[in-house]
Parts: sequence; structure tokens; C-alpha cells
Amino acid sequence: MNAGAQVRMLDDRRLHLHHGPIDLIIEAFGRDWQRALKAAEVRFDSILNELVAELPLLRTPLGDVRPKGAVAQRMAAAVKPFSDMFVTPMAAVAGSVADEVLAAMCAACALEKAYVNNGGDIAFWLTKGQDLTAAIHSGCDAGRVRLGWDQTGRGLASSGWRGRSYSLGIADAVTVVAANAAMADAAATLIANAVDLPGHPAVLRAPACDLSPDSDLGMRLVTTGVGDLRPADVAQALVAGKQVAEQMQARGFISAAALFLAGEVVMLGGLDLTKGVEDARLQIA
Amino acid sequence: MTERPDKIRCDACPVMCYVAEGKAGACDRYANIDGQIIRVDPLTLLDARIKAGDEVKPFLTGDWDGGLVDSGQTFVTAIGAGTTYPDYKPAPFIVSQQIDGVDMVTVVTEAIFSYCGAKVKIDTDRHLGAEAATVRVAGEAVGHVMTSEYGSQMLSLGGVDHLTGGSKTEGRVTCDALMKLCNREAVEMTVDGGSTVVVQAGAAPIVDGKAEARMRVGCGSATIGMFASQWRGLVDEVVVVDDHITGVVSEHQAGKVLGWEETGIKILGRRSTPGRYFQVADPGLGWGGTNIDDPLAILGPWNPKKGARPGLRLMMVSTTGEQFAYYELDADLQPVKLDLPQTLRRSVELIDENCEPALCTVLFMGGAGGSLRSGVTQNPVKLTRSVKAQHTTVTCGGAPVYIWPGGGITLMVDVMQMPEKSFGYVPTPAIVAPLEFTMPRAEYAQLGGHLASIRTVADILQTGGEYGKDSRVISPAPSDLPWHRL
Repeated sequence: MNAGAQVRMLDDRRLHLHHGPIDLIIEAFGRDWQRALKAAEVRFDSILNELVAELPLLRTPLGDVRPKGAVAQRMAAAVKPFSDMFVTPMAAVAGSVADEVLAAMCAACALEKAYVNNGGDIAFWLTKGQDLTAAIHSGCDAGRVRLGWDQTGRGLASSGWRGRSYSLGIADAVTVVAANAAMADAAATLIANAVDLPGHPAVLRAPACDLSPDSDLGMRLVTTGVGDLRPADVAQALVAGKQVAEQMQARGFISAAALFLAGEVVMLGGLDLTKGVEDARLQIA
Repeated sequence: MTERPDKIRCDACPVMCYVAEGKAGACDRYANIDGQIIRVDPLTLLDARIKAGDEVKPFLTGDWDGGLVDSGQTFVTAIGAGTTYPDYKPAPFIVSQQIDGVDMVTVVTEAIFSYCGAKVKIDTDRHLGAEAATVRVAGEAVGHVMTSEYGSQMLSLGGVDHLTGGSKTEGRVTCDALMKLCNREAVEMTVDGGSTVVVQAGAAPIVDGKAEARMRVGCGSATIGMFASQWRGLVDEVVVVDDHITGVVSEHQAGKVLGWEETGIKILGRRSTPGRYFQVADPGLGWGGTNIDDPLAILGPWNPKKGARPGLRLMMVSTTGEQFAYYELDADLQPVKLDLPQTLRRSVELIDENCEPALCTVLFMGGAGGSLRSGVTQNPVKLTRSVKAQHTTVTCGGAPVYIWPGGGITLMVDVMQMPEKSFGYVPTPAIVAPLEFTMPRAEYAQLGGHLASIRTVADILQTGGEYGKDSRVISPAPSDLPWHRL
């Protein structure tokens, strides 16, 4: 029945934009914050239709034909460095939408701080002295990440088989900070895919196209359940993911990452993560 | 039926996901259940053969007795039909069936009303607030006090200005309050400079924490008119205490025609016409909707020159019969309270008996103009004209509606006659209400109706609508189904 984009305020401050599978939660700070929200609303109106126009192209690995839409180009740019792995621009769709809307807000007026949260993939803007705290969920409350203005990242994204998108790996969550949300989204997807134990009997998998006929993952097996794992298995899977994350960090694509699996966490790049309310610093592997 | 595909396409948004059996689309909002894209509430069907008062029955295709449909007594309502906004596709259901031998078409849709509200009638003598005073829910303005009606206070709630003309919070609170009221839930509201009242359709109002039991039989003057002859000979004076008009039988025209004698009574109030007094006290929760607990407070000194005498018998009663007292004047012409004589008790009971239970009634009012008509026909104004000419009957969830004269399709419907939980909302904010247009098939063709989309009731029951086949059969409104009048 093809309903259009929906707009509403969640409270006096936060804007909720919804269209089809996209839900954005947006907040802006600064004198003209309302103008920024209006700009977000205006930009959002056509985004889904722009994406849909190029969906078949965006669901296949990058080839000679490059997408035309602004969001689609952000997606393509985010996955381009990782063409050595299987990845389609869809791996960065959520982060790219967040980046695009945040860009429209920042172009409309001067803001002190803003964020666009697209289902956990977050584009944010911080001026001097500002920071942002995000909660990470990995099936349970995995802690809080503080993002400071003096750090390089302006994008935060999480991926894992428990989330809304399918994962080839078994990570409960992989949280990544990168220069923008599109890059963080693509990197989190790929690192989460790499946290894996191929052939392990405790891991249940199903072809992606059986679960979702349109999936860009096609016949590839995606994780549908993870049973009990021995500590050694957990360590092995996390190390596999960490290697991929370290390569990305060394190449300058991500600034920090945290990999969660079965209650264990592996971190790199000095993520300012605190565990729940206890504020206890997690041990960094 | 043809073999079911294992994946189907959802057209709820532009992504147009293929959704596998038992799975949800990319949005997690629409799912493929047994080969159909399912949205929210199940479709509701009214079955004329289920007697009024029956419980709602879950309707399963497998348990369905085909005879019900063949009888032409099932009316497909729009509840849960789904809708689009703006509307550019045919309505979710366009149903054909024989009713009383005539081939009828019912167009069934859920309509999104931005221009809508509730007119609330609260049967109470209590003064809830001044006319035009703002009515608030959770501090937000959601409407105002309208001109009061006989025995009832009236509120106008909702409307486009509160829904979309004010702040986002005002719109959200208004939408929520309207939906609850129309779904027969209780809503607490406060009137600026007045009372707090809990309103629930079909229930007694609760004013400032006190549940109203009955609505007054009439004003004090009317009560005198109704009962004066029954008091004659049993008592020398009767005062009927009322917030609007307090009546005094010895001065009242109804008493005069019976030859009632002067008593030298003095009412502290503004005299209107003989035996009728305005403003004997302030509004409140006491006698007859006033703020007084001791009715003697409205009496001045008794005048012996005009008939006051020791032993004179006085009854004071409220317009609901809930409060009453009996006095006799002593040697100093002071009223002394005594038990109400048995002979007068009956007349007080009669006042009480003639009072109807205090009730809140909620009429949903909305304008079904705009684009939804294009879901019904390709020539929207013809639908309006057909409705005005009474060729097309409009119902809401199977309940009869009143169509306001003049342009457009502005309708009012008693929510108590609609199935429960008939109303929904969209975040615009606006109210979603079921709406059905029923007309002879020939009329539908003439209107430029979507003839190709017409389906039989049996097919609707078997396969449902675009977003769900679950349906429920419920009892119809107490009166005959409205389309029988066609």
C-alpha cells in the first residue's frame, strides 16, 4: 500500500522519521536546532525512494556500474576498500542514510552537537567540548561508549547475528567507530562476519535467501542460533574477527572497535567503554 | 484456491520486499503468515443473525458455516480493513452481496480523519465549567465546553486545531484522548475554572471524584409542574432545589391553578417568573447541583403577613430526589426538621424513579471528504451526491451515522453502537475509523465505482483483505443493520 515517510516528535526534543524499513531518531543541539530537524525531515522524504530506484545494483558487489544517488554513493564508497571480501553496498545502507541526513542538518545551520541514529548505526556531530554517550546492546546491556569531540570518529555502528540484519558470523555484537557512519556500518558488518567458527556444530545457519528472498547475501549461510561454546572456541572466533579489525585500523578505515561474544569482549583502538552503571573499565584484550 | 507461493511481495512501502513464509519483511512490521502479508487488527464482520448482546466470537475460516454468508446477513465492516493515505487505490474491500433480493455493493475502508473529534454529552446537573472554557487532558488543551443541553453538560473535543494546529504534544494527547473515548475507555479531563470529570462512553460520569447516579428529572420548575398535584393536601409548601431553576410550588403557576395558598416563604435568589428562581446558590456537589448541603440556607425569614404560620408544613427536595427534607414551622416561624411523612415519601420516590441514569455518551464526528472517496469511486463528488440523495448508506463499523446537511460527508456516529476497539490512529496525528458505503450495484456503476475490484462476501471470508484474512463475527448494533432501510 506504499505509505509515505512519516514524521513525528518523540518528545519535545527528538525527531522520529520513519519510512518502510528505516527508522531514524534525531536530536540536535544549538540555537537553530529546530531548523536542523526540519532540514532532516526535508532530506529524508525522498531517501527511501532514491534507494529503491537502485536496489538491484546496491544488492550486488561493486562492479563497473556505479550508483548515482547521493546515499547510494556513500554506500559504494564505504564498501569499496573491502572488495577483497564478499560485500555489497547494502552493508553500509543504514550508516549511509544516517550520514546523509546528518549532512543535511549540518548544512542548514551551525550546530553544537547532533546525532542521527538509524537503528544503532549512528552519525554524529560534535564541536569543541561536546561528547556523546551511546549504549551498546549485544543481547544484554554491554555497556556505554563515550564519544568525545577530540576523537576522530563521527560514526558509530554495531553489527551481529542478533541484530536486524543477517550476519555470516557469530558475534553477539561488533561495535565500530569510524570517520563516518557508513564506514562504521560496513566495517562492523565485515568484522562481525569474521567472528566465526566455520563448521562448528553449535552454530545454526540457514541460507539467507530462505529467510529473506531479497537478501543481498543470496545462498550464503547466515547465523540463526549459537549454542554453548567452549572458552577456547570463543577466543578463536574473537581472534579471527580481531585480525580483520586490526587490518582495517592499520589501513586507517576505523579508529576503534569492540567485539562481543558469549560474555567476552575484545577491544582495540582505545574505545571509552564502561560497563553499565558500575562504571568499571573493561579489561582490554 | 491456487497453490500458495512460498514467498510473497509486500507493497506496504516502496522497498516491496519479498517475504518468505513465516518471516517478516525488512521493516519487521509486516509479515508473511500463511501466504498473506499481515498487518494489525483483524477484520471485523457483523453477523445479523447473532442476537444483540452476544459476545465477540473469534472467526476462523475453518469453522465457518457457509450458510451465514449465503443468507446475506453478514455485513463486512471496515474495522481492520487497512487503508492508504493519500488514497489512490481502490478501497481495501469492495464487496458484493444480495440483501433482500437486491444486488448490493459495500465499499469498506478505514478512513484517516484529521478533521474529527468527539461530541460528549454528560448527563449531570453539575456545573462542569463555563461555556467555552478549555477542556484539558494531562494539561493539554483538547477541546472546550459547549452550550449545555437539557440536563446535560456538553463538551466538544478534538478537531483539527487541537490535532494538528497546536504543539506536537497537544496533538498527540488529543489524538490519544479521542481514540480512548471512541474506544469506550475512560478519560480524565479537567475544565479550566471548573471540575475534573472522568468520561467513559456508556458509563456514569465521575465529577470531582464522585460518580453521578442519575440525571435530574427536570429543572426545579419542571419538577413542580410534574408533581404539584400529587403534593396537594399533603404539604403546605414544596421547594425543589436546583442549580438552574429552583421552584416554589405556592408561587408557581402549577400551584396557582391548583389553588395553592401563600406561605410567606422567602427564597434568596434571583426571581425569574413567579415561583421560579435563578442562582439560589453557587454550582457544586450539593443539593440539585448547587453547593449547598443545608437547604434552609436558601430561605429568608418567613413572612406572617403573607401566610406564614406555626405548624406550616414544608418539604424541600432536589431535582433528582436524592436529597430531601421535611420541616414544620415552630411558634417563632423557624423551620424544625422532622422525619418525612410516609405520605410524601412516595412523591420523592417518584422523582427519583423518573430520573434516568446519568450517562456519558460519545459521538464521533468526522469529515469523510478528501481523497478517501477516490478509493470508492473514480468520480468522488458523485459519491457525496449519492450519499446526500440517500442512495448510498454510510455506516461506521456497521453502525448507523447521521450525515450533516450541506457540502461534504460530515458524519456523526454513536461509538456505543460500533464494535469495541473500532478506532485507531496514525502519528500525523489523526484518527483512523472504519467507514462503509453501501449502495445498489447499479448505483455503484453509475458513480464510476471500481467494478473490477468487487468481491463476494464469501471470498472476503475465505481470503481476507490485502493485509490479513483473520476476521471476527460480532453482534450487530441493537437496531436492524442500517442498510436494511435502503
